[in-house]
Amino acid sequence: MAEFSLPKNSRVMPGKTVSAANGAKRKRTFRVYRYDPDNGDNPRVDSYEIDLDKCGPMVLDAIIYIKNEVDPTLAFRRSCREGICGSCAMNIDGTNTLACTKATESIKGDVKIYPLPHMPVHKDLVPDLKHFYAQYASVKPWLQAESPPPPDRERLQSKEDREKLDGLYECILCACCSTSCPSYWWNGDRYLGPAALLQAYRWLVDSRDEATGERLDELEDPFKLYRCHTIMNCARTCPKGLNPAEAIANIKKMMVTRTL
Amino acid sequence: MAAYPLIEHKYDVVVVGAGGAGLRATFGMAAEGLTTACITKVFPTRSHTVAAQGGMSAALGNMGPDDWRWHMYDTIKGSDWLGDQDAIEYMCREAIPAVIELEHYGVPFSRTEDGRIYQRPFGGMTTNYGEGIAQRTCAAADRTGHAILHTLYQQSLKHNAEFMIEYFAVDLVMDDEGVCRGVIAWNLEDGSLHIFRAHQVLLATGGYGRAYFSCTSAHTCTGDGNGMILRAGLPLQDMEFTQFHPTGIYGAGCLITEGVRGEGGYLTNAKGERFMERYAPNAKDLASRDVVSRSMTIEIREGRGVGKDADHIHLHLEHLGPEVIDERLPGIAESAAIFAGVDVTREPIPVLPTVHYNMGGIPTNYHGEVVTLRNGDPDSVVPGLMSIGEAACVSVHGANRLGSNSLLDLVVFGRAAAKRCAATIKPGMPHPTLSSNATDRVLSRFDGLRHANGSEPTAKLRLSMQKIMQECAAVFRTGEVMEDGIKRLREVKAAFEHVKVSDRSLTWNTDLVETLELDNLLGNAITSIEAAANRKESRGAHAREDYPDRDDENWMKHTLTWIDDKGNVRFDYRPVHMYTLSNECQVVPPKKRTY
Repeated sequence: MAEFSLPKNSRVMPGKTVSAANGAKRKRTFRVYRYDPDNGDNPRVDSYEIDLDKCGPMVLDAIIYIKNEVDPTLAFRRSCREGICGSCAMNIDGTNTLACTKATESIKGDVKIYPLPHMPVHKDLVPDLKHFYAQYASVKPWLQAESPPPPDRERLQSKEDREKLDGLYECILCACCSTSCPSYWWNGDRYLGPAALLQAYRWLVDSRDEATGERLDELEDPFKLYRCHTIMNCARTCPKGLNPAEAIANIKKMMVTRTL
Repeated sequence: MAAYPLIEHKYDVVVVGAGGAGLRATFGMAAEGLTTACITKVFPTRSHTVAAQGGMSAALGNMGPDDWRWHMYDTIKGSDWLGDQDAIEYMCREAIPAVIELEHYGVPFSRTEDGRIYQRPFGGMTTNYGEGIAQRTCAAADRTGHAILHTLYQQSLKHNAEFMIEYFAVDLVMDDEGVCRGVIAWNLEDGSLHIFRAHQVLLATGGYGRAYFSCTSAHTCTGDGNGMILRAGLPLQDMEFTQFHPTGIYGAGCLITEGVRGEGGYLTNAKGERFMERYAPNAKDLASRDVVSRSMTIEIREGRGVGKDADHIHLHLEHLGPEVIDERLPGIAESAAIFAGVDVTREPIPVLPTVHYNMGGIPTNYHGEVVTLRNGDPDSVVPGLMSIGEAACVSVHGANRLGSNSLLDLVVFGRAAAKRCAATIKPGMPHPTLSSNATDRVLSRFDGLRHANGSEPTAKLRLSMQKIMQECAAVFRTGEVMEDGIKRLREVKAAFEHVKVSDRSLTWNTDLVETLELDNLLGNAITSIEAAANRKESRGAHAREDYPDRDDENWMKHTLTWIDDKGNVRFDYRPVHMYTLSNECQVVPPKKRTY
């Protein structure tokens, strides 16, 4: 029978509230999703009032401040803090982005922070990305070529051919795009999603790669590629300014033109 | 102590760390038919190699005449004659096949008009033994580390290498004979503990930039492998040499590549003067990093810094024009906008010398085997243990690393380690039985920290350590300030006995992760500042105001630093290798180092 409400244990409950110390001039409330897999409790949203004068300008700075000064049990991923490693992807103020490059000042009102949507959650802001990574691996994201490269020098590639990789190779696998895509939410088990498809296209257009036919054969499937309905959330949310939707459209075009 | 069932795994080789070095080694081993597991605390493409920008050096000669011997000379001079010349020869010679191999793997290098790998000038890289400026640094725009790291991960997928992702390596398993028999790691996802048995454990755990308050390094750069080595009773080498990158963004500390100056960018002080012309008349802004960082610090100290507090320097690239910036430096344009609010086509970037790289680390030979000083033998191999990348001290960087020699180091020695294992390990050799003593020590430390219920939160102790290092082991150092730092750092070390961990769980307990990392960082910080106070000369990145000159007679040697449980250190020394591997090049004798 169809289930019309979420299971009881998935309801997000109100959590604790922590106020900023007296005398704080620039106060901001951060409403943070918390989930502890060990205690069996429902997820909750804790509210932390932070003095912005005491932490750096980015949302990640505030989250680290909370962990350092208020609640050391808060779990989240972070590494480079400069928008290149892709660790701190989360849903901030309703949009998937990197906490390290999202300025708190750019957000109006309370700052709401949730894990990337529609993924299983290990703890707090840490989603399970194994399936996402497996999909990336499934597009065989490495150079495939039958012709041996010259033994002691590089393959040649024209500047024009190299330019075709711009806007593709810069992907940091943060998963913001895939987890913002309603089609991926619905069919994420079989639809590869924007991130994996962007990478598939990165190899399809690399002049050095010779597996174009096989790569397209692999994607010729009602789900893997064609569940993209050009909703464009991927392009809108990408923290690196890339456009996976365009890459997907280009793959579809390659599919059509190869049959002509 | 709580019971921790250990899940046992047996491999030929276990690699700890999945940055550039770890990945190159991992799939190299897999390709050689050795069963290999790579343990990593972050998903591989999150490793800090991803943040390298400017490029990887190799004397391909795509932009003009070049020779790996010139590269070797530059590296030795850059190291201020503390680098081992056999290892430097190996690295510079192997650079050429290593970078060609990367291109064959699919790294999206930028290209020249005739389709070859684009190469840009970088600090300290010269032609004809110091005469001209070389264009030697192979680049993928200003995202070379990202391009290389992702390609190496892709190759690992291709070779079906096994990864243990988001496992935190707790400690080495050493037997009573001092042989490394494996490593114990904690799976953050389900909280289980694992023992990975291996004939070689390869530490590729990177640097320890987070010992400082302001650094270009990621939060995860906590010197975990170095910490494990110290706890195993082994020494670290040349820990006094910490590189300050001249151009970290003022305030945020994020890296702005030296490639900016390679492409024609320059530094100015408050008077708008290109001051590097005074300090390095030939190389100017492309002098090596230690020289530029010191010059900037002197400018600021003498009141010629920019900004309201006259406490930083300007880096200009407005004159390069939007087209060059867009093609070759798009990433730093983005970083400068986000972290400094600067449009680089119109205004300079505010920058400051920022902790960036650790020349010191785990002493190894050029095969990647860990060595120590034992019974008078300075090259005594520690069985079962290898190290590569920033964690290691081969030593190819000596007292100061040249920009773009780090990506090179990762790839060359990752490859070398795989070859060495292929030559020394027969696939599937049995593992000797292990006494429980070896593992109990590791588990009891883990359990102790997990339940630590003292008065000092991890974050507070970490901040104290970082402030001390920032203040007392900076670009310029004096004995007095360092002794003060040592005293205060000892207090932090003592306070760590009373550390407080608030999260008791085993699933994604990042409070405990940060505490284990802090323990590692403390070992690194203490050995670093103690070795710095001990070295009474100035060489490369180690600039002492009370000993301003290089002293080859007494100090042309590597420092080894051991530390005991109480935090007391002991020093000894290894000679610098003043010999080459082949007759194709010659030893470069020490001389005065000017740019």
